Amino acid sequence: MNSFSASSDKMLLLLLGIVILHAAALVLLFVSTIVSAWTTGPTSSSDLWNNCSTTDVGYHCEAANTGEWIQAVQALMILSIIFSFISLFLFFCQLFTLQKGGRFFVTGVFQILASLFVMSGAVIYTVMSPNWVPPSEAFGWAYILAWVAFPLALISGLIYVILRKRE
Amino acid sequence: MLTILALASVILLGIVPQQSEGIVIYTGWERHALVGSDIRLSCSFFSWRWTSDDVTFSWSYRSDGARDAISIFHYTGGAPYVDNKGPFRDRLEFVGNPGRRDGSILLKNLDYGDNGTFTCDAKNPPDIVGRASSVRLLVFEKVPIQAGVITGSIIGAVLGLLLLIVVIYYFMRFLVARRVFNLSVSKHGKKGKGKEGSQQRQGPTLSIGDPSKLKAAASEKKKQESRKDKK
Repeated sequence: MNSFSASSDKMLLLLLGIVILHAAALVLLFVSTIVSAWTTGPTSSSDLWNNCSTTDVGYHCEAANTGEWIQAVQALMILSIIFSFISLFLFFCQLFTLQKGGRFFVTGVFQILASLFVMSGAVIYTVMSPNWVPPSEAFGWAYILAWVAFPLALISGLIYVILRKRE
Repeated sequence: MLTILALASVILLGIVPQQSEGIVIYTGWERHALVGSDIRLSCSFFSWRWTSDDVTFSWSYRSDGARDAISIFHYTGGAPYVDNKGPFRDRLEFVGNPGRRDGSILLKNLDYGDNGTFTCDAKNPPDIVGRASSVRLLVFEKVPIQAGVITGSIIGAVLGLLLLIVVIYYFMRFLVARRVFNLSVSKHGKKGKGKEGSQQRQGPTLSIGDPSKLKAAASEKKKQESRKDKK
């Protein structure tokens, strides 16, 4: 009896840990996509959506509508958020409908796809950023968040693929 | 009596808003064009009155760097007067139809210096109170892709592909389920695709009835589980 309740507690903790990991990756993706800090310089900061700079006129932003690659990065980041959401939703679905011993395969696939999307988005941004912002500027923290979200999401996805449902 | 009342109310209601609505002029908001190309700037208006014979259209142009606007086109008394001294001489043509409330002009052979704001003002006497409307012209060497077009198309394509895969998956499952039922009806267990044939052998050499349905459902479940475990 004791060992049974202990193992079910362990299962609960494991479940909680996995969900927290997933949610952390999702939050990182969100923040990275939205915040305007992919590259920062002393007077300007820019991200996927805006190019903001402080000139002698003042602080103004212009929209990032030039360039095909920046739009591809936008699309990939948004897709990674969508897939991570779908993966979370499928996790809860499969938690209640999967048979004993089954694997959370679909959940893991979606999470791994989300991590691949964020990786390709960050790679494209890295490669294309000299066209987009002047080379004197450094990469900002939202960019770093994207790179951190990629292994988190990947690990989370792999855990789902390996995990087997027990009672 | 009632008809007279109805007619009077319609006429009264008709007259009063005419005096308070005024004329509403429509142009575009922004136009993009390539260097060297032609562009048609459209201008039309809405007015409660019938189109009068004295309808007038005026276009004026304010360059991006300039402070004032200059007049480049005027239509009055049934005749158009185009710019013959200003920046658009020999490049402006009237292509509108005043009778149909269209006062559009055609600018030919655009250049970077034509960037600016074009304002159309129309008057339909006695309906003359209205606000002129402006359209901005942007001249590019190469028309840029609008913001969000590629983003939207990538997202749409991937989600569409996902949806397609899901639909195909469920359709295949539906087909397999139907084949199970068909095979159990006809009592020929071995025909069909190899994968399904080998899995049919477990179940339906039975007649239709509850026990066969249960067994078919159980073999279907075993199939799913073995597929999931294999993955």
